[in-house]
Amino acid sequence: MKKLMKGNEALAEAAIRAGADAYFGYPITPQSEVLEYLSREAKRRTGMIVLQAESEVASINMVYGAAGTGKKVWTSSSSPGISLMQEGISYIASAELPCLIVNVQRGGPGLGTIQPAQADYFQAVKGGGHGDYHLIVLAPSTVQEMADFVKLSFELAFKYRNPVMILADGALGQMMEKVEFFEQEERKHIIYDWATTGKTKERDSNVITSLHIKPDKMEEINIHLQKKYKEIEENEIRYEEIMCDDADYIITAFGLVARICTKAAEMAREKGLKVGVFRPISLFPFPYEQIKSRSGNIKGILDVEMNAGQMVEDVKLAVNGKVPVEFFGRMGGMVPSPDEILEALENYIAGGKL
Amino acid sequence: MAKAKGDITIEIEKCKGCELCVEACPEDVIGMSTEVNQKGYLYAVKVVDACTGCTNCALVCPDAVITVFREVKQKKEQVATITNVTDNITVTVDK
Amino acid sequence: MNEEMIKTTVFERPKSLIDTDMHYCPGCGHGVAHRLITEVIDEMGIQGETIGVAPVGCSVFAYNYINVDFSEAAHGRASAVATGIKRVLPDKFVFSYQGDGDLAAIGTGETIHTCNRGENILIIFINNGIYGMTGGQMAPTTLENMKSTTTPFGRDASIMGYPLKITELVAALPGTYYVTRQSVHKPLNVRRAKKAIQKGFEYQKRNKGTCFVEIVSNCPSNWKMTPVESNKWLDKHMLDFYQLGDLKVPNEKEA
Repeated sequence: MKKLMKGNEALAEAAIRAGADAYFGYPITPQSEVLEYLSREAKRRTGMIVLQAESEVASINMVYGAAGTGKKVWTSSSSPGISLMQEGISYIASAELPCLIVNVQRGGPGLGTIQPAQADYFQAVKGGGHGDYHLIVLAPSTVQEMADFVKLSFELAFKYRNPVMILADGALGQMMEKVEFFEQEERKHIIYDWATTGKTKERDSNVITSLHIKPDKMEEINIHLQKKYKEIEENEIRYEEIMCDDADYIITAFGLVARICTKAAEMAREKGLKVGVFRPISLFPFPYEQIKSRSGNIKGILDVEMNAGQMVEDVKLAVNGKVPVEFFGRMGGMVPSPDEILEALENYIAGGKL
Repeated sequence: MAKAKGDITIEIEKCKGCELCVEACPEDVIGMSTEVNQKGYLYAVKVVDACTGCTNCALVCPDAVITVFREVKQKKEQVATITNVTDNITVTVDK
Repeated sequence: MNEEMIKTTVFERPKSLIDTDMHYCPGCGHGVAHRLITEVIDEMGIQGETIGVAPVGCSVFAYNYINVDFSEAAHGRASAVATGIKRVLPDKFVFSYQGDGDLAAIGTGETIHTCNRGENILIIFINNGIYGMTGGQMAPTTLENMKSTTTPFGRDASIMGYPLKITELVAALPGTYYVTRQSVHKPLNVRRAKKAIQKGFEYQKRNKGTCFVEIVSNCPSNWKMTPVESNKWLDKHMLDFYQLGDLKVPNEKEA
C-alpha cells in the first residue's frame, strides 16, 4: 500500500512492520517524529517497547542491554546526539550486537543548526567511537529507501551481528513522499545461543562484554572483527549508477544530494555535456572497485556533498590518481541547487581542473 | 544447656589473610598461621576446638573459604535385631 | 530410642558462586556482597532466570564470580543497560551491581531516571567512599575531611562539594519501591544485608518499582588500613554519616 509520508515517520512505520522489539530514543530536531510516531502507534500495533530515555547516552546503553538479549532493537538521533552515542556504539560494535542506529544529520559542528547536512560521514564511516570497528552504513536518498533500509538494516545486523547505521539527513527526515511499505512481519522470539536470556542448565553463562583485559585476547577479538568486516566488504556493497555508461564526467554523491546531482546531470546533458551520477548506497562497505572501474573511461569526477569534503577522500582513494577528482560542497545546513552543482562542474572544466 | 558443637574447614590456599574471621569469632577459635600459603598470605587456622558452628566467620569471609558444620542430634530407632549371622546381610531403608 | 551426633553442613559456598579466586583485595566487602547475591539466587532457585549488569570499577569482573548471564556496561550506564534488558525480558530477574563512581558520579543521570521511571529492577550499590579500581581518588560519597589521592589534605567541601547521599535522593522518588542501606562488616549486618538483597529480588515480581540496596563497604587498600581496621573505621565514621536502615519499605497491605 502506498502512503504519503514524512521520512521520519516512514522510518518508524518500517520498524513496526519489520517486527522491531524495542526503540529507545531521545527527542532532537529534526528527527523527533520517529519517537512521536512510535509512541502513538507501536504499542497497539505490535507491542514494540518504546521508551523515551533521559538522554542519548541512556538511549544507546538501553539499546546495548536489549540488543544483548537478541531482540531487534533500534534508536535514532541527529548529529549532536549521535556524538553522545559514540561510546555506546563502540561497545556495541565490540560486543558484536545487532541493532540499528539512525542518524538524521543536521548542520554542525557543535549545536549547529536544524537544517540538513552530511557532515557526519567521517563519524559514521571512519569511526566516531574509539577503536578499530566499523558500522555497516547505508545512505538512503528517498523516503522509500528510508523505509526499505530499516528492514534491510535489521537483516544485515543479525546476519553479521553488527550494528548498522542509516545515515540520513534532516531534509529526508522531514520531506513527504510516496512510500510503498512491505508487509507486517511478526515479532519473533528467538533465543540466540550467545544472548543473555537466562543461563539454562545446558550452557555456561553468557557474558556480553567488550572488556578483554589480556592484550593477546583483545588482539584475537580485533582480528575476528576485521575478518568480519572483510566479509561484509565482499558481500554487502550497494550503489546506483545513473547515466554512467557513456559519461565523460561522473558526479559522486550520497543520500539526498545524489538526487539533486541527477537533476544537474540531466541539465548538463541538455547542454551537450555527458554527465553521469555514481551514488554509493553502502558507505561502509564503500564501492571502491566500482568507482575505480569507471575511472578508466572518464575525464574527471566531481564529488558533491553537504559538508567540507568527506566522502571525496574515499573517491580519491578509489581512483588512486587515475583521474582528477574535484569537490563542491555546501555546509552548515545549506542545500545545494542543481544550478550551483552544474556551475561548479563547468567552472572546473573551464579552469582545466577536470 | 550445653553449647552447640561445631566445626569449620578452611580452604587455606584461597585465604587472603584478612583476619576478619578472627575478629568475628566469639569463641576465639581462629588464629593466623605462621607459614604462608602459595599466594604468600598468612592464612586462617583453627587454634582451639571450641567452635559452636555459629557461622559468624563464614558470614564475614569475603572469599567463601570457610565451611561450617554443626553437630546435631540424630534420633535413631531400632528397627531390627539380627543374630547368628555367618554371611553378609544388606539392609536398606527408604529415606 | 538412641541418639547420635552427626555433623551437618550449616554453611558452604553457594553453587552460583563460581569456585575460583576472586581478585578483590583481602577483606574487601565486594566478596561478601557477591556471595550474598549468589546465596539468594540459589535459595530462590532463579539462576536460570537472572541477568546481571556489571559496572566499571573493581567489580567489573563480577561475571567471573556470579554464575548468571551478564552484560558488562559502560561506566555509569549499568542501570540504563538493565532497563534495556528488563523492558524486553520483563519476566527475568534483572539486577545491576555498581560502585560509588559508577552510580553516583558518571551514572547519576541514569540512576535518577531509572529510579524515577520505577524500572522493575534491583540496583545494588556498593558504597566505599572512594574510587578503588583507579587507585583511590575521591568519590562523590567520600566523607568530608577524608583523604584520597585527589583530596590529599582531606575533602574540603568548599572546593569539592559534600558527600552525596544518593540513596536518600532516590528514596524520595515515587518510582522506587524498596530502598535500604546495609553493610557487611559484622555478622549481624551480613545477615541483614542478605535479607535486603532477598527482598530486592523477591519484590521484583511485584512490578511495583525499583529496589535499591546500598551496601556501605570498606576499601582497605585505598583507605590504607588493614581489613580489620577498615571495618572498625567504617563502623565509626562511614556509618555515622551513611546511617543504616530502611529508607523506604513497601506498604505491606498492597503487596
